Amino acid sequence: MDFSLSEEQQLLKDSIEKFVTSDYDFEARRELIKSDIGYSAQHWSMFAELGWLGMGFSEENGGYGGSASDIMVIMQAFGKGLVIEPFLANCILAGGAIAELASAQQKEALLASIIGGEQQMALAFAEKQARYNIANCLSTAEKSDGGYVVNGSKIAVLNGGNADTLLLVARTSGGQSDKQGLSLFAVPADSNGLERNSYTTVDGFTGADIKLSNVQLTADALIGEEGAAFAGLEAVMDRARIAVCAEALGNMETLLTKTVEYTKTRKQFGFTLSFFQALQHRMADMFVECQQAQSMLLMAAMKFDARAEDASTAVSAAKARIGQAAKLVGQEAVQLHGGMGVTDELDVGHYFKRLTIIDALFGNTDYHLKRYTAAMG
Amino acid sequence: MNIDFTQEELDFQQEVRQFFAEHYPKDIQEKIKNNIHPTKDDFIRWQKILNEKGWLAENWPVEYGGTGWTPTQKYIVQQEKARAHVLGTIPFGVTMVAPVIYTYGNEEQKKRFLPDILESNVWWCQGYSEPGAGSDLAALKTSAVRDGDDYIINGTKTWTTLGHWAEWMFCLVRTDPDAPKKQQGISFILIDMSSPGITVSPILTLDEEREVNEVHFDNVRVPAVNLIGEENKGWTYAKLLLTHERTSIANVQNSKVRLEKVKSLAKETPAHDGEGVLWEDELFRTKVANVELDLTALEYTELRTLAAVASGGAPGPESSILKIKGTEVMQAIDELFVELAGYHAVPFTQTQYHDGFDGERIGDWFETNTGPHYFNNRKQSIFGGTNEIQKGIICKAVLGL
Repeated sequence: MDFSLSEEQQLLKDSIEKFVTSDYDFEARRELIKSDIGYSAQHWSMFAELGWLGMGFSEENGGYGGSASDIMVIMQAFGKGLVIEPFLANCILAGGAIAELASAQQKEALLASIIGGEQQMALAFAEKQARYNIANCLSTAEKSDGGYVVNGSKIAVLNGGNADTLLLVARTSGGQSDKQGLSLFAVPADSNGLERNSYTTVDGFTGADIKLSNVQLTADALIGEEGAAFAGLEAVMDRARIAVCAEALGNMETLLTKTVEYTKTRKQFGFTLSFFQALQHRMADMFVECQQAQSMLLMAAMKFDARAEDASTAVSAAKARIGQAAKLVGQEAVQLHGGMGVTDELDVGHYFKRLTIIDALFGNTDYHLKRYTAAMG
Repeated sequence: MNIDFTQEELDFQQEVRQFFAEHYPKDIQEKIKNNIHPTKDDFIRWQKILNEKGWLAENWPVEYGGTGWTPTQKYIVQQEKARAHVLGTIPFGVTMVAPVIYTYGNEEQKKRFLPDILESNVWWCQGYSEPGAGSDLAALKTSAVRDGDDYIINGTKTWTTLGHWAEWMFCLVRTDPDAPKKQQGISFILIDMSSPGITVSPILTLDEEREVNEVHFDNVRVPAVNLIGEENKGWTYAKLLLTHERTSIANVQNSKVRLEKVKSLAKETPAHDGEGVLWEDELFRTKVANVELDLTALEYTELRTLAAVASGGAPGPESSILKIKGTEVMQAIDELFVELAGYHAVPFTQTQYHDGFDGERIGDWFETNTGPHYFNNRKQSIFGGTNEIQKGIICKAVLGL
């Protein structure tokens, strides 16, 4: 049993943390969010050059890492600085789905363009009626003229507005919630009949709701085998859960540090806030929650990488427990900053927003608690 | 990062499992399984067996008779102990006073006390808290005044666990009442409990058992050679002891075994409305799941702490997390047991959990002993520095508040 990072992971952690602390200014980030694409294209090229985009993929898929612990290292460091560049959307979700499901030839073409930072991609899977059940899919792809005709709608497609290619989950057979019959398609974003309603998300990222009306696809748009996408998508969800758990931990660590610092400087009643025991103990609770969250994350990543039988349950355990920790740490950080905590000006509230949205992604605390409870037998 | 045991570790696990299967006395195992209070003799008998195997002093340096186990080996032993319902080692000698003696004692003291601790020839107790010094331990008043080759001790110690079985006490006493800071006037001294002038009187806890005592000192003469380290430096020694106390306090593996018992009982216990079993009740299952999540996190927090200790010496302030979460989990499991017992939590059947009871039993331990156990175990978040004191330690030592 070994909890230490490899030398490469330690280097990666150091370099991302250095980027976050010295080059990722909160005010500059605010300007990026207001910009057309909502992130920095320069940063994105830099991530590609430094090999960070390849860290989400195994060597056989043209990457430099790909393990859950690699993803953990990257996302925790990004989380510390509230990085908005679409690593999750490209390298974990869209890229992850390609890595899981595509043929060797498709992988070569598509993954290289993600790792090189040349193409933006997004995974369009969520539908309004489905909540967190990825098998529940009403979008359809019907065979026609040697290709497919796609109809349906998707919501909250992360990076959906910027994507050049959408990786779309649609039903080629079966009923609404059947695990069989789901297929993945690479859909050019400028396809006729594809309508995107793009937006900034409440936590500063970008997303889109998408409607597809008789979108014509050629046969080679199908990624992997027809009707057999479910298991691969499940695996993508688990990796995405580990990724956002790590990001949440990074968020929480920063919030704890900032809150402690703030209470040491802010004075009321003639004393710094840090003098008051009622507030001290709340920060001790935040610390304990951060440590417990770190433990859950390590546990889940290690089990995932060891391909343990209960890996998926372990991921649910982590998502549920970290969801609880994130709520406490996020809310307390805002509370302990007083009025400043609820201003748009201060970064603390923005970390809180991100933590809140992370809970809503890929199954919230209750969803995973229920999944865990069911697995208890 | 990886989660697997090596082949050597797996072999070690087998060795430990086999040793407990062959050498742990069955009569003691039956008592622990059924919540029968073990006797003093049970503790000594088992500790002597463990010591013969060389497995008693898990945390001591090898030169003094320690095991030299890695953190993973210690973790394996904890798992196997919990699995086999192994009677816990009494911590006062081997876990608490011994590290102080081998770290701060002189050669004479090491020779005099350590072998008897290893062989469980002497039962130790702890003289820390006083009626006026609980969480504020450094406010202690029990005085030690030098008189020739002796100290004269006067005062009262309290919450002395199993003090009525003890032959020796390690004790914090005030040697300088005028020290500028109260922590500076404290010394660490070893006291023979058979010395004239010592009175030990019982304090009954909520389960109406004698577990703790009040110990009164009336002009008790203690040889000055029993002083550990330097006069007035006792606070430093005491703090070392407390961090050792806190790492062993989390009880993760026992909690895992107890939570499994909760689950298996819930599968046989009728639901609250008598329809189906309690395990099918979503509310109950969710409570169990939440405790299990906290326990899983705690287990990995403990493993991380052990790994950190292995590469950097004594346990630090992170041991406070183990105390807080470990006791919270234990108490949450106690609540689940009481809930499971239903109406059979009602009868008070104290004597049937005493050694040698041969009357008619009312309910099994997981019914009629759950209440007393729950009441007694509220101590967990109070002793060893209350959980609020632990939060204070985190604030000061970790967060720099």
